Amino acid sequence: MDYKITCGIETHVELSTKTKIFCGCTTAFSGLPNTHCCPVCTGQPGALPVLNRRVVEYAVRAGLALHCNINRECHMDRKNYFYPDLPKAYQISQFDEPVCENGFLELESGKKIRIKRIHIEEDAGKLIHEKGRTLIDYNRSGVPLIEIVSEPDLESAEEAKEYAEKLRLIMKYIGVSDCKMQEGSVRFDVNVSLRREGDGLGVKTEMKNLGSISGLGRAINAEYRRQREIFDRGGQPVQATLRYDAAEDSVSVMRIKENADDYRYFPEPDILSFSISETAIENAAAQMPELPSARVRRYISQEGLPQKTAELLCRYRSASDFFEKTVRCGASAKNTANLIIKGLFSLMPSEEEKESFKTSAAPEETAGLVKLVDGGRIKFNKAAEIIGHMHKSGQPLSRYLKEEDTKALTTQELEAFCVEAISENQKAAQDVKDGKLKAINVLFGSIMKKSRGKADIKEAEKTLLSILKNGEI
Amino acid sequence: MKRQIAHLSALLHSGEISSEELTEKYIDKIEKEDALLNAYVHTNFENARKAAREADKRLKEGSAGILCGIPMALKDNICTEGLLTECCSKMLKGYTPFYSAAVWEKLSSQGAVLLGKTNMDEFAMGSTSETSCYGAPLNPVNRDYVAGGSSGGSAAAVAADLAVYALGSDTGGSVRQPAAFCGTVGLKPTYGAVSRYGLIAYASSMDQIGVLSSSVEDAAIVFDAIKGRDSRDMTTWEAAYKNTGSCFGDGSKSRVEICTEKFKASDYFTGKKIGLAHVFFDGADDEVKKSVMAVVDFCRQNGAEIVEAELPMLKTALSAYYIIACAEASSNLGRYDGIRYGSRAEDCENFKELILKSRSKGFGSEVKKRIMLGTYVLSGGYYDEYYKKACLIRNETASCFKDIFRKCDFIFAPTSPVTAFKSSEAGGSICGTEMYLADIATVPASIAGIPSVSIPVGTDKNGLPIGMQIMGNRFCEDVILKTAHVLERLYGQQENGNKNNC
Repeated sequence: MDYKITCGIETHVELSTKTKIFCGCTTAFSGLPNTHCCPVCTGQPGALPVLNRRVVEYAVRAGLALHCNINRECHMDRKNYFYPDLPKAYQISQFDEPVCENGFLELESGKKIRIKRIHIEEDAGKLIHEKGRTLIDYNRSGVPLIEIVSEPDLESAEEAKEYAEKLRLIMKYIGVSDCKMQEGSVRFDVNVSLRREGDGLGVKTEMKNLGSISGLGRAINAEYRRQREIFDRGGQPVQATLRYDAAEDSVSVMRIKENADDYRYFPEPDILSFSISETAIENAAAQMPELPSARVRRYISQEGLPQKTAELLCRYRSASDFFEKTVRCGASAKNTANLIIKGLFSLMPSEEEKESFKTSAAPEETAGLVKLVDGGRIKFNKAAEIIGHMHKSGQPLSRYLKEEDTKALTTQELEAFCVEAISENQKAAQDVKDGKLKAINVLFGSIMKKSRGKADIKEAEKTLLSILKNGEI
Repeated sequence: MKRQIAHLSALLHSGEISSEELTEKYIDKIEKEDALLNAYVHTNFENARKAAREADKRLKEGSAGILCGIPMALKDNICTEGLLTECCSKMLKGYTPFYSAAVWEKLSSQGAVLLGKTNMDEFAMGSTSETSCYGAPLNPVNRDYVAGGSSGGSAAAVAADLAVYALGSDTGGSVRQPAAFCGTVGLKPTYGAVSRYGLIAYASSMDQIGVLSSSVEDAAIVFDAIKGRDSRDMTTWEAAYKNTGSCFGDGSKSRVEICTEKFKASDYFTGKKIGLAHVFFDGADDEVKKSVMAVVDFCRQNGAEIVEAELPMLKTALSAYYIIACAEASSNLGRYDGIRYGSRAEDCENFKELILKSRSKGFGSEVKKRIMLGTYVLSGGYYDEYYKKACLIRNETASCFKDIFRKCDFIFAPTSPVTAFKSSEAGGSICGTEMYLADIATVPASIAGIPSVSIPVGTDKNGLPIGMQIMGNRFCEDVILKTAHVLERLYGQQENGNKNNC
């Protein structure tokens, strides 16, 4: 029997503010355990939180990017629970007056996934289990987070992944987070429920703290399988918190939830309620950069890039910015995009490298190179080779080009190379003559070598065939 | 020897006495007398001597202020870097903060000499200081009686002259009530006037650091030194104090004016409006009522007008106070889990057991009671019924006071409906609810966040001090202190001879 799946996602995004949400400690990821700490973020008796206004600004920006209403009056609340990584035994979060409410994120299909709310809160520390003991690192304690809560509008693992991917990209584009999955900057809690066609929403289960988008998709599918099995056996899933085991690709029940958790929320007395001014919202709107989906559309419609190319480029904000700078220097969009994807991305094998897109090649110099390709003065492969050098050394284009490289091959030169290639590869030439056209590649190789990659393959083919057919040109 | 700050400071500045000598005198006194009083729970005399020598250096250099070299004490819930701060709780046994409270930073930078940390109710929860894990401090006036609480140690130390002044904290009366019981001055400033950074929280929305001293002027001098906005405490305010200057700072105009021989009570009270609310007197002992009303009569005779103050919410204020205070306390005290600091239970299998055992062993019964009460009123299904209602009463009370201060300059009321309780050692047996009820007069100012100062205005038949509090509008410490100062100087002059404190 077929079942419909419904998912809602709570996304925790670590903000990239320089300092923590309630103290002046750095938010830097690296650092020896418990070195980025102070009385406030380790919950010393008597320490008080001071709200970092930048965190509110970032939340407003995130809210605007997701079409939310921004609440003009907000306050912080205490969420009380005991856990060793939570030094005050309460998390300062927002309960009934989040910074943003009622937005949406649009999927490629045009379907809108509603955003219920975005609130600001502090991250907890980290437990490290080793050699039978548990140690606690409070470096992360107090790092600002926004929690983005979707409505249960996602109806497949694929939609959930697309939502997560788009959300992550938007947060990166608007500069509120570096969204480094490997550093845990983005984490997902997902609610899953199954129902038969026509039935109302089923009982939901929750999987917490998923650290990757592919993992999110697999976890949803695993939970789908688990719940479907229960239904098929005639049972009913119960409300529970689950653990997804990535190695086993399976889900197990961690804790049955009979009642909703009682966190005894109440307004945080140490932080005065705050208002968000119209000006602040207007400023945030005015400074809002172009969002990734708009950028993809523009690359397709205005720059004439194929959809796949546009999407690939826009996936990495820095790469896409580099693309724009290069094109602004007069290079063609298509060749620039290809040069980035084939020439530079190939030197950045990991996602992180492409994300950060650190290159010594300057956009102006790159534009010079692309223009040579545009004008047919050098071949694309040659350009890809050169951009590789420039990427590493940061030297100007001229350093890698001799004058003859940039001169187009004359017809006479090409003919001469063809004749030489034939005389040096008699066997291949004969094969071509006998209709074994594959053998022409041997001749191409020779010509490319002689012309230092400058020969146009189509021109060379024409010339070669003409010589071989007529015995002359 | 007269021991007011201005007087001592003059001696220090003129070189007639050194801070080292003065400090030694206090150390001597503490060593001789505190065994009986139990006002101090931690002393560090080596540090005090060192601070005194440094103060002497500054005094010689001529760069010293009025508090430089003056020996004083801090309540055990005010963090002092490198010095034990335990809130008189087993839970914080051995806790030595690695940072100092904002108030101590301010005072120590001015050369204050810290003699030690004073006794208090565990986590400031109580009205007798008997919930201290170190046993209660006793009332210097009569050791069969308690010093009050929760800042009982600070009040006892000042009353017995074991410190020139002391800081306490006042959440629902914890500075004013012990001041009244011990016959000292006790100032609870406006909520937001003094930084709470480094004050170990009981009820964050009402906790405020206050001053216990032997004169109103001293309270003003110390208040001046510790007040003001602190970027580390978002609930502090600066703006309201602009241009008011120091209340009684040495040489300020008001001080000179009031201290002249010719100054009469009528010069001050003519045209002043004193608010009186009957609720404050309901249930108060006759002697207490009589003493406070005698002050009221004195002011009326000297030209003050009495304004009937309507405070209909006051009857519910006490319940609201305990609901809010316990709710916040249940959250504030969650951090004492035995993991990062304080006492930790041994041999635990897992975290849950560790926290359960550590908290069960570490907290005393009054603290546990309030944590449970607070947890209850915040729980799902009860929040609206209790916590939310209490907040409404708080807002209502605050706006009531606001209205009243449009009609009068200050409110007079007993600080406590009773004088000091007999200590349980001496056979006293005050039950929990009775004790809570005794906060009836101090709690309204706490939930409204307004300033109030308690001054001694007489004694009962047992010779125990009676305190009267003067409440003022938010950030009007200058008004209540000035009023208190005039009364301190001129009230009862006829009976007691000249009480000139100038």
